[in-house]
Amino acid sequence: MNGHRPEYNYAYLDEQTKRMIRRALLKAVAIPGFQVPFASREVPLPRGWGTGGIQVTAAIIGPSDVLKVIDQGADDTTNAVSIRSFFHRVADVETTTDTEAATIIQTRHRIPETPLKHGQIMVYQVPIPEPLRFLEPRETETRQMHALNEYGLMYVKLYEDIAKYGRIAKSYDYPVLVNGRYLVAPSPTPSFDNPKLHQSAALHLYGAGREKRIYAIPPHTDVESLDFDDYPFQPQRFDSPCALCGATDSYLDQIVVDDNGGKLYACSDTDHCRRNHRLEHPDEDEA
Amino acid sequence: MYVAVKGGQKAIAHAHALLAKEGRGALSVDRLSVDAVAGQLPVLVSRVMTEGSLYDPDLAARAIRQSQGDVIEAITLLRSYRTTLPRLGYTRPIDTARLTPQRRVSATFKDIPGGQQLGATFDYTHRLFDDPSDVLGDNLAENPQSMPRVTDLLGADALLEPDHPEVWDDPEPGDLTTEPGLFPMSRAGRLQALARGDEGFLLAMGYSTQRGFGNSHPFAGEIRVGEVEIEIDVPGVEHPVPVGRIEVTECQMINQFVGAPGAPPQFTRGYGLVFGRGERKAMSMALVDRALRAEEFDERVVAPAQDEEFVVSHADSVQAAGFVEHLKLPHYVDFQAESSLLRRLRSDPSNSKNSVGGAE
Amino acid sequence: MTTDRPLLRARGLSHRFGNRWGCRGVDIDVWPGEVVAVVGESGSGKSTLLNALSRRVRGGGGDVEYQLVSGQVIDLPTMPEGELRRLWRSEWGFVHQNAADGLRMHVTAGGNVGEPLMANGWRNYGQIRDVSTQWLERVEIPADRIDDVPTAFSGGMRQRLQIARNLVVSPRIVFMDEPTSGLDVSVQARLLDLIRSLVSELGLAVIVVTHDLAVARLISHRTVVMRHGEVIESGLTDRVLDDPGAPYTQLLVSSVLRG
Repeated sequence: MNGHRPEYNYAYLDEQTKRMIRRALLKAVAIPGFQVPFASREVPLPRGWGTGGIQVTAAIIGPSDVLKVIDQGADDTTNAVSIRSFFHRVADVETTTDTEAATIIQTRHRIPETPLKHGQIMVYQVPIPEPLRFLEPRETETRQMHALNEYGLMYVKLYEDIAKYGRIAKSYDYPVLVNGRYLVAPSPTPSFDNPKLHQSAALHLYGAGREKRIYAIPPHTDVESLDFDDYPFQPQRFDSPCALCGATDSYLDQIVVDDNGGKLYACSDTDHCRRNHRLEHPDEDEA
Repeated sequence: MYVAVKGGQKAIAHAHALLAKEGRGALSVDRLSVDAVAGQLPVLVSRVMTEGSLYDPDLAARAIRQSQGDVIEAITLLRSYRTTLPRLGYTRPIDTARLTPQRRVSATFKDIPGGQQLGATFDYTHRLFDDPSDVLGDNLAENPQSMPRVTDLLGADALLEPDHPEVWDDPEPGDLTTEPGLFPMSRAGRLQALARGDEGFLLAMGYSTQRGFGNSHPFAGEIRVGEVEIEIDVPGVEHPVPVGRIEVTECQMINQFVGAPGAPPQFTRGYGLVFGRGERKAMSMALVDRALRAEEFDERVVAPAQDEEFVVSHADSVQAAGFVEHLKLPHYVDFQAESSLLRRLRSDPSNSKNSVGGAE
Repeated sequence: MTTDRPLLRARGLSHRFGNRWGCRGVDIDVWPGEVVAVVGESGSGKSTLLNALSRRVRGGGGDVEYQLVSGQVIDLPTMPEGELRRLWRSEWGFVHQNAADGLRMHVTAGGNVGEPLMANGWRNYGQIRDVSTQWLERVEIPADRIDDVPTAFSGGMRQRLQIARNLVVSPRIVFMDEPTSGLDVSVQARLLDLIRSLVSELGLAVIVVTHDLAVARLISHRTVVMRHGEVIESGLTDRVLDDPGAPYTQLLVSSVLRG
């Protein structure tokens, strides 16, 4: 073993493991929103840093795929860089920052602004797959609640928010009902991104490595954010456009630019921002 | 004009270089050899092997060196490597009765067949920094005779619950690393989780039972440390084939007696087993094992150590460290969402319960 | 819905705890709109009977049948879990001796009463709140306490909240386990009055377990006396309490301290 670098299978995972994960994925796609338990493997990144997403991507990726990896919407954040280079190394696959060119997009905390197309797959890194977890810590109880379609407790939480704050106080990982049946945690994307899931043309796969669960939203599935008729779900809106590209319909990051706390707002989706900027300023060089 | 931050790739490369430099230390000092770590830090190596679920002292030593002494990093390294190994088969269960004890003690009897054998232990050392020039004594007689387990002796009188039920089809235990465990778990599944679990966490849980959070009145029936033979069944060969020896530490706790309708009361067991030298972990494991059997004995579940979901979900150091440390990753998108929400809640004068449809 | 059979009927109902019988060979009927009191001293098996009837404990012997609002009669011991939970959401209620067991103590009063509605698919906040408010008023909790949590309520108020939470879905039968014990006497009286008026207003069936004969006297039509897990005597409340047949019942009645 000393000094010898072991040979790794394509995309790191052995074929048995990939088969096991694909079976779990098929089950997940067949029952939209249902959390399928799977025997999550250790991979060379720590638990909590995207091992679920990595295992899902590793199970489905092939040499003809084009992989994009984003974290907080950006390609260049450290964890996205780390994961992208991991797959480049173990799967010898083409990588890209262009949302439109990607076949697989692994993401943490954002859905790209560019509408997804048929044939694209989103892979989400999920920390807590159970939407009821913070209301009911017991796995044995929450399993029953899903099986028996008993989601009253979730609505109680929303009721309490309105009674206390005058509005529903969930800004990210906002619970959704998938295909009219299962209550799902869409991962900690801001609620701004929830509407993108409804009747999306792409396949959405969710991997929670540490909690050992996989779930899926197949293309063209109904996805509704939970609300009351008289307190309908309203995603965040921003008061000003992106300072870099002028977009008025994208999710913005707040950036502190000077010692006086001066701020500006810029698109969290860096690829979208760049593309938009080019559209607005076709004669300018790339920054 | 603000330009979006780039350079994540370069930053990571620099971080890796700095890490390597930190880990090497002063160049005038020889690099620690893997053999030195394996030979002179065997307790640490045992822990990494146990929680890494892989018996390979050299590899564990290498992991400890590469992780610059960060135990959980080392365990993570070992486990990641373990994932890639092919599964060739399963051994026969090891027979710790045939273990040749390097160390074997029992707190339940003054003397036992085979005697109390202290072996290599810190127990009676004085915790004073020693003088490194002290010469090793050479009167180190090894006593390799095998000794019957104390629990088998007690069990012969039927004072102690047997180590397996009378009617037992001996089902194949599942493998926690290749199957998704679901609650409620079998005892075998729990023991796997505890064997892999963080020593500190289990120590605290075990300690809590002694302080009244689910007390089971434990006695250390036996602790034995030594090598056992690993054997496999080979098709076409009549007898089991030995493939090597590994060192283990086993702890059997004898606990509160319990009666059942129709059966006289008996002492009950708690079990702990780890690779290499790991008494503290084996003992903690045995205490927690017994605590988690509370429902089996109709005991009231009142303490965290008796709560299977709580103990098993939080015992894994690699999972725990990963999730705790993931907080270092950027979370600014969600923080932004929460800040916006908070600002709106604070600025909304009608925080009134009856306003219709919150205006954004 | 037919009235020629009881709402809930048990024959030979038994439940053991290890070697000990909790209740044994109990036959009992509860008719629509009637209140049945199950009385006895502690250890008599009355709580076990209640729990066995309502399927909160299972695995015992005997038959238990329930007539759904549709008229269909179902066998409770073989009913699947999901159906049983649906019953609890729509036709059955359970009032615990300790209100904390029957409420979410850190959810507001409005949330507690609204939860059964939300579990049944109500999705309009305003309507849920209106119905909750009405029920709070009905159980004599001031409407302005709708956003307070039960930890801020007195014992009597918590019990009334528990009753509101149970009745909001208009159940047909409510199981009550010592609903007034632990409360001050005047508070008890007020609570019993409320129960009595709600029962007659809503045509509820109730089976109430109590060690206090006065409770039986005040609200029940029929009384069942238990001892050592078995039914000693049963009949119209006034008859059982004024003219007890069995020696044990006579002892029980005569032992009541005269105020």
